[in-house]
Amino acid sequence: MSSDHGHGADFDKHVNAALGVFVALLCLTCVTVKVAYLDLPTHEAIALALVIALVKGGLVAAFFMHLISERKLIFSVLGITVAFFFVLLLVPMSTSILDHVGHLIVVPHAQAAEPAEHAGHAE
Amino acid sequence: MEIPYTVEPRPDTGLTNGKIGIWLFLASEVMLFGGLFAAYIMLRVGATEWPQGRTILNVKLAFTNTLILISSSITVLLAWASLVRRDLGKFKLYMLITILCGFGFLTIKYFEYTHKFELGLFPRKSTFLAIYFTLTGLHGLHVIGGMSVNAYLLGPGSKLYETNPEWFTNRVENAGLFWHLVDLVWIFLFPVLYLL
Repeated sequence: MSSDHGHGADFDKHVNAALGVFVALLCLTCVTVKVAYLDLPTHEAIALALVIALVKGGLVAAFFMHLISERKLIFSVLGITVAFFFVLLLVPMSTSILDHVGHLIVVPHAQAAEPAEHAGHAE
Repeated sequence: MEIPYTVEPRPDTGLTNGKIGIWLFLASEVMLFGGLFAAYIMLRVGATEWPQGRTILNVKLAFTNTLILISSSITVLLAWASLVRRDLGKFKLYMLITILCGFGFLTIKYFEYTHKFELGLFPRKSTFLAIYFTLTGLHGLHVIGGMSVNAYLLGPGSKLYETNPEWFTNRVENAGLFWHLVDLVWIFLFPVLYLL
């Protein structure tokens, strides 16, 4: 792949694009912190923070890691990895989801022993 | 016997062996950190209460660390670009800056951790602290690993440039990919642990 680079103008464009991405990442990091201090409701705050992080991560992956010009095989490797990650994440999360819709299995437990009576305790 | 396909791509994949190898390794790293992020999600969703990261952790230091790692990502890319342009001097300068950024990151992390310990905030004290130290500790180990590889390439490893500059350039590119992943993980760790 390296032999394809270094051909003057094209490669310079790639490096300049990466420098632009660097500036964008610095700005987005500042935005991440500013947005966090807006004290939005939890779900909105999480969603917004993740969207910004995904944009930043996407820029790093596309331009710094050259994914934007990489061959399909690498995408397939990453695609399979991400798919498996979500499957593995959903397995424990689905049990949590089931709990929330009320499909709990209740296990009967032994009655607690009666507490001893306290004699003459002050009011 | 020569190591095959270090410079010319394989005819079946169209990529060098090193490129495929590093991406497969990065895929395994995605599973490693992905698993821990999933653990964080499960712990937080299942907890009755969860502290807001910034009430316990130092956002200013972590923000500085984020800027340091992003800067080190561009310098490692510029180091590779210098090699593509056959400028060994610039490569050494940018790679040195990358390694120094790594030292800066770890120094700040050292001060963060020691301050936590002075306040008695150890991993065993709460679930939040346990997952915080696990995630950032593992990430820190990856920073050390990446710095070691970069230091080798800056030092004794750069001898390869004299005999086979193309192969050396590919090695630096692949090491850079690992460093970018370290940066990528921190890009997610910072808001998740410190801000949310």
